[in-house]
Amino acid sequence: MLEIKNIDVLYGDVQVIWGVSFEVKAKEIVAMIGANGAGKSTILRTISGILRPKMGEILFEGKPIYKIDPFKLTELGIAHVPEARRLFVEMTVEENLDMGSLRGEARVRREKTKAMVFELLPRLRERRRQLAGTLSGGEQQMLAVGRGLMSLPKLQMFDEPSLGLAPLLVREVFHTIRKINGEGTTVLIVEQNVKQTLLVADRGYVLETGKITQQGTGQALLGDEHVKTAYLGV
Amino acid sequence: MAAQVELFLQTLISGFLLGGLYALIGLGMALIMGVMRIINLAHGDLMMVAMYVAYWLFTLFHIDPYLSVFVATPLLFFLGVGLQKFLINPVMKVESILPHNQVILTVGIGMILANLATVFFTSNYRSTPVSYASKAWYLTDFWKNAPIELSLSAPWSLSFLAAVIITVALWFFLTKTDTGKSIRATAQDIDAALLMGVNVGVMRAVTFGIGAALVGGAGCLFIPIYYLYPSLGKQFTNVGFVITVLGGMGSTEGAIIGGVILGIFESMTATYLGMGWAPVGRFLIFVAALVFLPGGVASILRKQRLGK
Ligand SMILES: Nc1ncnc2c1ncn2[C@@H]1O[C@H](COP(=O)(O)OP(=O)(O)OP(=O)(O)O)[C@@H](O)[C@H]1O
Ligand SMILES: [Mg+2]
Repeated sequence: MLEIKNIDVLYGDVQVIWGVSFEVKAKEIVAMIGANGAGKSTILRTISGILRPKMGEILFEGKPIYKIDPFKLTELGIAHVPEARRLFVEMTVEENLDMGSLRGEARVRREKTKAMVFELLPRLRERRRQLAGTLSGGEQQMLAVGRGLMSLPKLQMFDEPSLGLAPLLVREVFHTIRKINGEGTTVLIVEQNVKQTLLVADRGYVLETGKITQQGTGQALLGDEHVKTAYLGV
Repeated sequence: MAAQVELFLQTLISGFLLGGLYALIGLGMALIMGVMRIINLAHGDLMMVAMYVAYWLFTLFHIDPYLSVFVATPLLFFLGVGLQKFLINPVMKVESILPHNQVILTVGIGMILANLATVFFTSNYRSTPVSYASKAWYLTDFWKNAPIELSLSAPWSLSFLAAVIITVALWFFLTKTDTGKSIRATAQDIDAALLMGVNVGVMRAVTFGIGAALVGGAGCLFIPIYYLYPSLGKQFTNVGFVITVLGGMGSTEGAIIGGVILGIFESMTATYLGMGWAPVGRFLIFVAALVFLPGGVASILRKQRLGK
């Protein structure tokens, strides 16, 4: 579904992504794990068109997307739940959800999808008229997930969805991601919370200072010696 | 004593009415500030353009300035979109070289508009002598034995009412339509808006257009109670700027409150210190806002709502 082919990404003159290739197949949950500053967010921002690769290609359903205007990507079926949620804090929960469904089919089916999101994340329904900035951290993450779902994505990308959440909430977020996947959405997660992520992932990649150093099934990576010492602290 | 109360209340009323109109000027500037992160220093000059539109429609075709709102606002909208798309936007793209060059550009646009107006219409003072110019309602008309006398000027009241209607319409647009929500979203977080599929470039142009339309509307509401000359824009750019700072950069609600505060404050300085002091009052409130309330009224509102 998503193919990243040998991309280089630079901020100004500073190269942070070096020849990265990976793929996400339909219906999979794929994880990319890496430490602070490894370049995880940079990769997602490049897929979303906010950054452009200097070299290499990004294909979605076989078509190149790395030259398309970024605002057109939601319509193709890609949703990006950004790092630190990036909610519109001075808008209500419901308005944030509306922002997730501005275009195409998603716009037409807005109210239906919203009902479905409320079904999946009932806390959001209770708080629909509350300003997003007044939600708790966990609720904000749920809203970020819900806002992504509103675009009826084929592929939903999550940037550190567990960031800053208490363990119980982390479990809830990953549970929700699995549920979304169960209903047919393909998922790409980048995370530092290695254990939880690899537990839900079908496959995973390890990113170290802008390069992919390892790959394998979630299980295999969890059992891997290097992953264990570098990321799981055992 | 009664005379003093009367003077105070009368000043308060005039200030409030003026504030409603000021709010409209400030709203346009705040919207532009919020979405584009620039101060539009051509704001008052755009208002001047709308006033000439209203003036000529009145003089040539006897069209009431309040009806000209329906002509001037769409006209100014397209003028604003055009200016943003063809002048400001290209300059925005070289932002990294000179961060303030868009603001300087708006100064240039304002100067050109003012100079064009002088060339075409001379620097004569003009006005639209509407038939109801001096019509007013008096408190004693309604309450025979009122201890004090207050008056409410018809054109001022009408202008204020129209400003309120435009403001409410803007509120509906910003909160109930996808385009309005997209504009607010762009002001809050450009990258997140992009991820939601907002065409940020179009939103910038539309916002500049709306800002110009709002101040254009304000121009039509000002002309029955004011006079017109090509360089009047500067003064109203200042008004808009002070309101934007007082309201909190880019906040629309802050702009409304800031506009009313400024209107009342100016009205008070004019009454108690003399007409010529209004600009001094404006400057004082500007400095006070910068020193004592750096985030503007919006920072208080935000604290109340978000608790931070
Ligand atoms: N806007 C920017 N300009 C310049 N360098 C940047 C910018 N954003 C990120 N970088 C650099 O690029 C590298 C990768 O950053 P990125 O945010 O992609 O890391 P990350 O893996 O998401 O880290 P984290 O886990 O902390 O979110 C870092 O060295 C960072 O300093
Ligand atoms: Mg990151």
